[in-house]
Amino acid sequence: MAPPAQSQRSPSPSQPSGKSEVSDLKLQLRQLAGSRAPGVDDSKRELFKKVISYMTIGIDVSSLFGEMVMCSATSDIVLKKMCYLYVGNYAKVNPDLALLTINFLQRDCRDEDPMIRGLALRSLCSLRVANLVEYLVGPLGSGLKDSNSYVRMVAVMGVLKLYHISASTCIDADFPSILKHLMLHDSDTQVVANCLSALQEIWSAEASTSEEASREREALISKPFIYYLLNRIKEFCEWAQCLVLELVTKYVPSDSSEIFDIMNLLEDRLQHANGAVVLATIRVFLQLTLSMTDVHQQVYERIKAPLLTLVSSGSPEQSYAVLSHLHLLVMRAPYVFSSDYKHFYCQYNEPSYVKRLKLEMLTAVANESNTYEIVTELCEYAANVDIPIARESIRAVGKIALQQYDVNAIVDRLLQFLEMEKDYVTAEALVLVKDLLRKYPQWSHDCIAVVGNISSKNVQEPKAKAALIWMLGEYSQDMQDAPYVLESLVENWDEEHSAEVRLHLLTAMMKCFFKRPPETQSALGAALAAGIADFHQDVHDRALFYYRILRYNVSVAERVVNPPKQAVSVFADTQSSEIKDRIFDEFNSLSVLYQKPSYMFTDKEHRGPLEFADELGNLSIGEAANNVVPTQMVEENDKDLLLTTSEKEETKGSRNNGSAYSVPYDGSSTSVFASQTQIESAVSNPTLAGHSPQASFAIDDLLGLGIPAAPAVLSPPQLKLNTKAALDPSTFQQKWRQLPVALSQEISVSPQGVAALTAPQALLRHMQSHSIHCIASGGQSPNFKFFFFAQKFEESSNYLVECVINTSSAKAQVKIKADDQNTSQDFSTLFESALSKFGTS
Amino acid sequence: MISQFFVLSQRGDNIVFRDYRGEVAKGSAEIFFRKVKFWKEDGQEEAPPVFNVDGVNYFHVKVVGLLFVATTRVNVSPSLVLELLQRIARVIKDYLGVLSEDSLRKNFVLVYELLDEVIDFGYVQTTSTEVLKSYVFNEPIVVDAARLQPLGPAAIFMQGTKRMPGTAVTKSVVANEPGGRKREEIFVDIIEKISVTFSSSGYILTSEIDGTIQMKSYLSGNPEIRLALNEDLSIGRGGGTIYDYRSSSGSGAVILDDCNFHESVRLDSFDMDRTLSLVPPDGEFPVMNYRMTQEFKPPFRINCLIEEAGQLKAEVIIKVRAEFPSNITANTIAVQMPLPKYTTRASFELEPGAVGQRTDFKEANKKLEWGLKKIVGGSEHTLRAKLTFSQESHANLTKEAGPVSMTFTIPMYNVSRLQVKYLQIAKKSSSYNPYRWVRYVTQANSYVARI
Repeated sequence: MAPPAQSQRSPSPSQPSGKSEVSDLKLQLRQLAGSRAPGVDDSKRELFKKVISYMTIGIDVSSLFGEMVMCSATSDIVLKKMCYLYVGNYAKVNPDLALLTINFLQRDCRDEDPMIRGLALRSLCSLRVANLVEYLVGPLGSGLKDSNSYVRMVAVMGVLKLYHISASTCIDADFPSILKHLMLHDSDTQVVANCLSALQEIWSAEASTSEEASREREALISKPFIYYLLNRIKEFCEWAQCLVLELVTKYVPSDSSEIFDIMNLLEDRLQHANGAVVLATIRVFLQLTLSMTDVHQQVYERIKAPLLTLVSSGSPEQSYAVLSHLHLLVMRAPYVFSSDYKHFYCQYNEPSYVKRLKLEMLTAVANESNTYEIVTELCEYAANVDIPIARESIRAVGKIALQQYDVNAIVDRLLQFLEMEKDYVTAEALVLVKDLLRKYPQWSHDCIAVVGNISSKNVQEPKAKAALIWMLGEYSQDMQDAPYVLESLVENWDEEHSAEVRLHLLTAMMKCFFKRPPETQSALGAALAAGIADFHQDVHDRALFYYRILRYNVSVAERVVNPPKQAVSVFADTQSSEIKDRIFDEFNSLSVLYQKPSYMFTDKEHRGPLEFADELGNLSIGEAANNVVPTQMVEENDKDLLLTTSEKEETKGSRNNGSAYSVPYDGSSTSVFASQTQIESAVSNPTLAGHSPQASFAIDDLLGLGIPAAPAVLSPPQLKLNTKAALDPSTFQQKWRQLPVALSQEISVSPQGVAALTAPQALLRHMQSHSIHCIASGGQSPNFKFFFFAQKFEESSNYLVECVINTSSAKAQVKIKADDQNTSQDFSTLFESALSKFGTS
Repeated sequence: MISQFFVLSQRGDNIVFRDYRGEVAKGSAEIFFRKVKFWKEDGQEEAPPVFNVDGVNYFHVKVVGLLFVATTRVNVSPSLVLELLQRIARVIKDYLGVLSEDSLRKNFVLVYELLDEVIDFGYVQTTSTEVLKSYVFNEPIVVDAARLQPLGPAAIFMQGTKRMPGTAVTKSVVANEPGGRKREEIFVDIIEKISVTFSSSGYILTSEIDGTIQMKSYLSGNPEIRLALNEDLSIGRGGGTIYDYRSSSGSGAVILDDCNFHESVRLDSFDMDRTLSLVPPDGEFPVMNYRMTQEFKPPFRINCLIEEAGQLKAEVIIKVRAEFPSNITANTIAVQMPLPKYTTRASFELEPGAVGQRTDFKEANKKLEWGLKKIVGGSEHTLRAKLTFSQESHANLTKEAGPVSMTFTIPMYNVSRLQVKYLQIAKKSSSYNPYRWVRYVTQANSYVARI
């Protein structure tokens, strides 16, 4: 309870530093301890208050423990409460003294006043002292059977506290099954809700070691139990409703009529004034309808109004939390919100974090009909006093231009920005004009005329300067004084601090030289000389490279440095679609606010009850996260906008794996796992994740991977594998834990294989062509670790493999586990032959 | 599920600190405060309500200058935690009558008592003032409310924050009045926060009303209450786009875009006769929140002109016209306008005979400020300011200054025309006739005129 004992702040005069006051209190408490004089309770109250106020401001009053306990013999409930508070705070650091309190707490647990029974029980369980747990079991047992619901409510949480102090004591006393009974039969909904919270925590923690707990946990999302809760949902308090709704999200209905029943039942929850209830309901709706495109879209339409109402009512903090969720939905289905764009206009007094979200939403919802108004509004912000927001507004205008609606008008606006003569506006606008020209080279004429008027001296920001230099090089034939501007920049080479700008300058000089050699030659010489002498390695290398290639052959140099360019059709997105889907799956959680999936900001043990943990946890996911962007973006056609982004890609034929969302509907797993599988399969399928397409295509060609799932050629084993095997990570993890190692061996990897393993994806893809799928991978050169699985053809018998490859020794350590032990040898042969062909075929 | 809850003063002192699960290190309050205080080096940006430091998630809401904070390591629903923090603040206020650093410090033992019942091991148990009454035994030490602020419907919105919840009265729900018996009374406040953006030509670009019907009941015995709203009230603007202004002109109907209700509200006859029935729980709570984009007559028109007036000089003229009936008076009006960055001096000229007005030029952020104590309906006020620049302005002055923004409170006036037609309290006896207060207030949320 108390903040750190040694507070770093120097105590103010009103906050005593401790020592003498504490000993003073000690004395006074002693005097009162035995007294039975009338009015003694009042003086005790005053003293206790002082003790607690010291505790709050961080003074260590633990030395009063004995006296406090002595004074606690009282019937005054206010005094008792203060004493409990004190004891709960210091028992942990004074386990020996805590023993003193057990006695009176146990006695209070049998008091005739249910309030006292409850309070005492709560304090008893809050001591957090491991060697006192034996004293808890009895009172907890009777508390759970108490006739008063307040006591039962406290007792249920007490069981959870006990579990955290000593899991074995809790399990041995069979408390979980008592809670389960209460959860199903208690008349008080808060008792039921507490049982649910407690059991979710306990069973999730136990599930990793106990088959039974994991079964029990599964049973929580079984149809009868979910219906039992749903039918009583309105009896629960609003917070417990959130708990129930969260559980319902994990439930997988068997058919669509069930889905509609649940949605109809929960429909009025969307009108609740508590935003947490509304968001939890929305999550249920979104999850339930994922596979029903039309209904899913109706859900978007339905939830729009309640979300907007929540954004505009309540405190700014609450509306921010809701707005972040609205932002997520807008980014997924912008066209649904395109007529609501005015709601995303920024208000002058909003904090930056809200404005930023709104700017992104405005950018997303821009279409033919509203672009003009949105851009007009954004231009207002460009003159905003809040400079970071002004910058982002300009970027937003640029992004809308790149979305290709009404480019004409926007280009004019951007050019106006250039004429505004504010440094930061000019800087942002230059970068945008450059991007725009890369996409719409046809605008070069208009843009160049304006850009040509900008003095490079007024541009200081490296990004803007680089953009200007790029344009000078690219369009030097159209800009009269391009060579001279560049020349003056070269003359000031030493004053240019940004390596990025110097690199661009080298390239621009080259381009200019190819177009206007006589005017540029001497400046190019100076640039190359300065570049070669540059202390920055990249600049030096580029200059040297240009120099040599020019000496070799000027026309070759031109082909290399300034080849004819294709206009860029779509600029890369900053977040991969897997990440986005995963955040969507974690709707109504912090992931949405941070715009990151939970594994990026949460420790393993805190990821929530149904998250899978262990070694699998952080292997491949991190990798998926680092994958830069699928290069091919999907042209959006309205029909499939609501599908998950990865599904979209699938429809483009870039995946041959099972559908991302088929997994949650097999009845055994949940959406959390689904998104997981998605990520895994994305990793195992490098077409999605090619950050350098040329490179991966090259590898493809090398490996001849055009042929899907080629059966092993060398020694065709009898074993046939299912090419479309699917396994979710939790099942994998569970099986891995349960099954014994059937085979363990070392396999040599061919040198070609080692060479091809520069990117682990190559191996994943190779193995997949042999029907061996990767579920997680990770590691760094020289050690790579992979978890694979395979399924027997037309049987649900699984093979699990852990494979650690050391590229320096060219060896792979392989551990195989199998449902069917008899065939593990066959599988091993198959695995070995597949692996040995890696890099050679 | 949360791990810790604490309340910090503006200076970062712990006023209350409760650790529910012992999962987050003890120094969290200091880590939090440092982070909030120094979010960005330049101090320009506010910290968001939720952030993560070393795996610990910190949630905070600001209430009357205090920071209500929760921490957790788990990936929880942010709405739930923020809503909870806000609710804890409200429960404490219900108990203490006035929520302030002073009242919290005086009553921290009571606050601990409340916190113990509201949350157990990080899980919310109840936030109902009504339910809590039976568990909580400390008597509140009531802070003298009169000393803090003048009472009255207008003053309550004066606390600077944008969305101060309407406060019916500063009276604890548990403490008895000095006279002994509690007075039977019920407060219903209709609070509307309006946002309007005018274009430079005075055309309304966007407008929205965010309204709340707030209730605070001091009735004993929990009688049922019926609250009748306008009969022609309709909800949801079917068909056309939300910003279709034409659809609302002509008929006098009040059309809400959307609304939501407190748990206790029963809507059995709402569809028929627009009546809400409820048994109000103790304490303050919003009966209904609503949102409206229907066209309405903005209470103020703003005209602003900025012109060059010779070398290194310019003149600004701001006119504010009150377009509401003359029996209504707006108070605590503040007009603000950012001036060009190179403004060094501003001298003001108020209209002759102006009283209760003040003007200021904020050197640091180059802002013009004009405050008016009150504006009577139908009147017009003008401010002239002469600016001196440190450099020649080469661009269009209107791009360098503005927009003009305005805050105000108009008691006993609401722009939506939503009304509480009657407030019926189920009678216990013929002599039972509690006080009923129904009050309307309009407040500016974001009221902006571009130039």
